[in-house]
Amino acid sequence: MKRPTAFLDVQLDATELALRQNARRFAETVIAPNAHEWEEAEYFPDSLFRTAAKAGLLGVGFPEHLGGQGGTVMHQMMVTEGFIHGGTTGVMAGLGSLGIALPPILAGGSDDHVSRFIRPTLAGETIAALAITEPGAGSDVAGVRTRAVKDGTDYRISGSKLFITSGCRADFVTVLCRTSDDPHGGLTFFVVEKGMAGFSVSKHLQKTGWRASDTAELAFDEVRVPERNRVGAPGSAFLTLMKTFQAERLALAAMGHASAEFLLEAAAAYARERKAFGKVLTGHQVIRHRLAEMATQVAAAKAMNYAVGRRVALGDYLVAEVSMAKNFASDVATRIAYDAVQILGGMGYMRESAVERIARDVRLLPIGGGTTEIMNEIIGKTLGI
Amino acid sequence: MKILVTTKRVTDPGTKIKLKADGSGIAADGVEFKPNPFCENAIEAAISLRDQHGGEVIVVSIGPDEADQTIRSAVAMGCNRAIRIDGNDGGLDGDLVARALAKLAESEQPDVFILGKQAVDGDSNQVGQLMAEYLGWPQATFASAITVTNGGKSAQVAREVDGGIETVEVDFPAVITADLRLNEPRFASLPNIMKAKRTAIEVKTLADLGVETTLKVRTTRFEAPPGRQAGKKVADVADLVQKLRNEAKVL
Repeated sequence: MKRPTAFLDVQLDATELALRQNARRFAETVIAPNAHEWEEAEYFPDSLFRTAAKAGLLGVGFPEHLGGQGGTVMHQMMVTEGFIHGGTTGVMAGLGSLGIALPPILAGGSDDHVSRFIRPTLAGETIAALAITEPGAGSDVAGVRTRAVKDGTDYRISGSKLFITSGCRADFVTVLCRTSDDPHGGLTFFVVEKGMAGFSVSKHLQKTGWRASDTAELAFDEVRVPERNRVGAPGSAFLTLMKTFQAERLALAAMGHASAEFLLEAAAAYARERKAFGKVLTGHQVIRHRLAEMATQVAAAKAMNYAVGRRVALGDYLVAEVSMAKNFASDVATRIAYDAVQILGGMGYMRESAVERIARDVRLLPIGGGTTEIMNEIIGKTLGI
Repeated sequence: MKILVTTKRVTDPGTKIKLKADGSGIAADGVEFKPNPFCENAIEAAISLRDQHGGEVIVVSIGPDEADQTIRSAVAMGCNRAIRIDGNDGGLDGDLVARALAKLAESEQPDVFILGKQAVDGDSNQVGQLMAEYLGWPQATFASAITVTNGGKSAQVAREVDGGIETVEVDFPAVITADLRLNEPRFASLPNIMKAKRTAIEVKTLADLGVETTLKVRTTRFEAPPGRQAGKKVADVADLVQKLRNEAKVL
């Protein structure tokens, strides 16, 4: 099968293509040989953060003068497209937790935070996590209960956070806290560091997919945090958070088209080899047509992500469009996961198959970073429906 | 140390290639290209030798305009200068490539010329050897380790040969060809990829180098190898021996 999305490559410049090739080589040589083991162990070694940083693949999209690799959201998409060839989204998600944990800190603009948190994390020396969701609040951040109370020159933080990617091993967590009762204007980010008294991992959560990525429930019991760990002014978190959500949603959208394309290629390769009733599966019209439809869906999702990504890379703030891209790509990935498993039959249900794994992984896409229903609310509101 | 190193764009070894219907070559339609993996080992070796001993690395490739992308990926890894000798696969053979590179070596006068041991498209494995012969330089092929000796005047090279490792010492200037286990090629960072995009590539023609373009190898036809036959299962050792003796006739 020719690549159904080859026509979209003309939209990419030489640096984007080269980065995608690098990320793919990294994924195929460093991640893929260990993917099964790491997924089963629900873990991958911390040293992978350093290895990825050394390969120049960790800080893509972050400014060079702060220790990042430079580049835009399009370059980040290229890393995602390359990384999917590791055959696990969990590793990609784990490595990518800094992509959501650092932007709020960066927006706070403190030099002290740059040297203590941003630089070492972009170098793969420390691991960062972002903590927003709570047992009683997700995308609706007005419901956030974790509270930071001023106490002399410090703050005392109490509450709990749920579904925190890289939360078990994080050296520090960017935590969304309530500093006043104003639903949106009373939210402030704090950096809570590993080892601070009262801060603990209450649970390593077990998941359907993304198994190699550690996901935590975190507990904050009167954690004393110095004022210098406050990010920006009190009450400044909401706007930063909305921008971070945008980046996260676009990253998940990219994961959608990349996963879908990976599944399509795997299913097509299998269908060309596997025989049934005296001919290969692709010799049966029903399978050919299904693959043709899958190819069409993949191309459409990728084209949409590129179109939105290119505008975002230029600095446009596209709220509805990012949500649409995320919804579309996660729907496509969900559908193609079903189809790919169906084509592989029993093989697609076996734990050793990358298709089985990615098919479980994509179930997160219509949920993480705001559900499809939340996205639809945002689209409706933004378009004035 | 001045080091010349080659790179070549090859059809992605991970994809299944198709032959043109008339057998005149490989169908280029929809084919993706990658740098030859052995060239990446050669580039990594060249860059780390330069980093240890100082000097410069010049990357050279023979190919059409499209080869510039492959050359830039070598620059992004850390090569200092880049040269492309304009040429098309159809008009080249290993001997002509070796003669062209030898001419370049004569004008650039490197201490060492490192190449991949072979390109994974044609797998000819000839260029390094032929070039060393044309230049009259010592050669150490299939290198799995390179140590510069004698204050930068020679190198000790471990070669992977059948049955073990052979160590040879070559005086500079010398030709070394890289094997896969020589090193782990580095990944180019995005800032370096961006810089490489702006690096000027010096373009030379075969005529500039004064190379006679007559080919020694003429390709008559490409054919796919015959499909692999299914294997046989044997009941026991006796059955295996019997089949090896009577059917395969190898005992």
